[in-house]
Amino acid sequence: MASKITIEPVTRVEGHGKVTIQIDDSGKVTDTRFHIVEFRGFERFFQGRPYWEAPVFVQRLCGICPVSHHLAAAKATDVIVGVGPEGLSPTAEKMRRLMHYGQMFQSHALHFFHLCSPDLLLGVDADPAIRNVIGVALKHRDLAVMGVMMRKFGQEIIKATAGKKIHGTGAIPGGINKNLTIAERDAFIKGFDGMPGIDKMIEWAQASVDLFKNYHKEHTAMIDTFANFPTNSLSLVRKDGALDLYHGVLRAVDVDGKKILNDVDYQEYDKYIAELTKPWSYMKFPYLRSIGRDKGWYTVGPMGRLNCCDFIPTPLAQKEFELYKAYTKGKPHTASLHMHWARLIELLHAAEVMKNLLNDPDLQKEELVRKGKKQSRGVGLIEAPRGTLFHHYEINEHDQIVLANLIVSTTNNNEPMNRAVNEVAVKGMSGQKTITEPMMNAVEVAIRAYDPCLSCATHALGQMPLEIKLKDASGNVIDVKRR
Amino acid sequence: MKILIYGYGNPGRQDDGLGDAVVQLIEQTPIPGVTTDSNYQLNIEDAALVAEHDLVVFADASVNAAEPFEFTRIHPASEIAFTTHAMSAPSVLALCEELYQKKPTAYLLAIRGYEWNQEQPMSEPAKNNLKKAYTFLLDFLKNPSGYDCHKT
Repeated sequence: MASKITIEPVTRVEGHGKVTIQIDDSGKVTDTRFHIVEFRGFERFFQGRPYWEAPVFVQRLCGICPVSHHLAAAKATDVIVGVGPEGLSPTAEKMRRLMHYGQMFQSHALHFFHLCSPDLLLGVDADPAIRNVIGVALKHRDLAVMGVMMRKFGQEIIKATAGKKIHGTGAIPGGINKNLTIAERDAFIKGFDGMPGIDKMIEWAQASVDLFKNYHKEHTAMIDTFANFPTNSLSLVRKDGALDLYHGVLRAVDVDGKKILNDVDYQEYDKYIAELTKPWSYMKFPYLRSIGRDKGWYTVGPMGRLNCCDFIPTPLAQKEFELYKAYTKGKPHTASLHMHWARLIELLHAAEVMKNLLNDPDLQKEELVRKGKKQSRGVGLIEAPRGTLFHHYEINEHDQIVLANLIVSTTNNNEPMNRAVNEVAVKGMSGQKTITEPMMNAVEVAIRAYDPCLSCATHALGQMPLEIKLKDASGNVIDVKRR
Repeated sequence: MKILIYGYGNPGRQDDGLGDAVVQLIEQTPIPGVTTDSNYQLNIEDAALVAEHDLVVFADASVNAAEPFEFTRIHPASEIAFTTHAMSAPSVLALCEELYQKKPTAYLLAIRGYEWNQEQPMSEPAKNNLKKAYTFLLDFLKNPSGYDCHKT
């Protein structure tokens, strides 16, 4: 009898993800699905609200990456107020960039130390009870302190640029509502309250890249073959092809590195990208129209970005990028665990960009906001930690939002995450009739590489059980495991 | 004694903002020796913040606490929640103990909530629970060392 193995929800990813693995009578995996359980129809909450509120109220969507939503919404409203993403004052753009790279720094540091490092340092097959950041703290205290301080540094950058930790108001349509004081600048450069300054952050980021590279040398086969499958890649790039996490043109490349979306203006993103719905998932499946539904899907996030860009415009990260590209002889990377490698190169880049910005006198200047001729439509894109984030608004004559469309980073990675689960399931689970610990770990490691954010925020006490179900072809549960 | 009141949750998700709301009430009438902070969720950097205090009260919304709130003593525990980017209060305490060798006295104020949509404001029953939790917290802060945790 054919069986269906269900793993729900996945540990250490947001919300309730559920993985279903279908096996036939011989135990061969025939199908896999990564379900998103929570309905994300949040666009309807935008309708009727004045557009200028968008940068603040979008932060209620997600307690994990509110800065990304804040800035993507601000960029869309920049267009609506007639300024556009390239018409901001230098102070406004650079303050937003500091906020964004501070976010990228803290998010990537958190992912590496909280999620990735337990797998690497303690082993993917280690007991889940100890395979976590506290387990790392027990065995690698200095590394854990480093992770905590890097995360805290990024959080303080966000607080200084967004105004506060919850529902920040830093970015407003057409600009920003504060600059960076000399005292704030000096604190980040020299350090404060036991927190080292930006040079130490760069040093620690470099150490993090080195840690991964050393691990890679010792575990080359596992890192290179685990959930490795051909994929297109998509991201923003600067107009000259540089990595740019805040603004640029939209580029996609295929598995050979050939451009399949050639640096287009993202204001017309819907000419190039469409979203497919499938009956078994609430999350849509975006794809490139020119390639089609079956083959037009793509990977976003750190690996997608480094596959798309031509170079990184900061020296230390560029040096690492050259090594990274040389490893695949210039071809795009496709191994899911190389996402960690790319993420750490971006961590280093973010630290270098923050240093450059902190030393830029434009951050102390006074021109914060500009205005132009109002438009009825605006699209804002940003490279969020997990990948490309799209915000699209249209307004009526009363300045109320009448249409909102969001494509969040995790949605862009929906198909790749499904492919990653399929890869590890086919290789590791064929012939299995029960859910084993290694089986669970493999699925989790695959999904975790994409750093998905599934639920967008509500986290109240008592909501996060881990349950594993094994179902037969009729849907009967024949095995249940809880962690 | 250095005391920290730390509220967490998303005020944009109705009753999920109860933790932050109780912190805002405390901030309206500052109490000597008591500092406050709030964020969307707890995370690893909070271990460093907690290490600077002698007593910590974590305030959060709860989907299943007894009404109107529960106030319980908590201890370090390596219980990593099933989320990518958040930690539980006991796991923050455990990380604090491992990294900084500090073990502050800690309590969890779990305020019962009911509605979790992407809207504001919070529900009326949650507001009532918030008032009671705030009144309790003010009383607790008058003499935290003498608090008998077996009373609640």
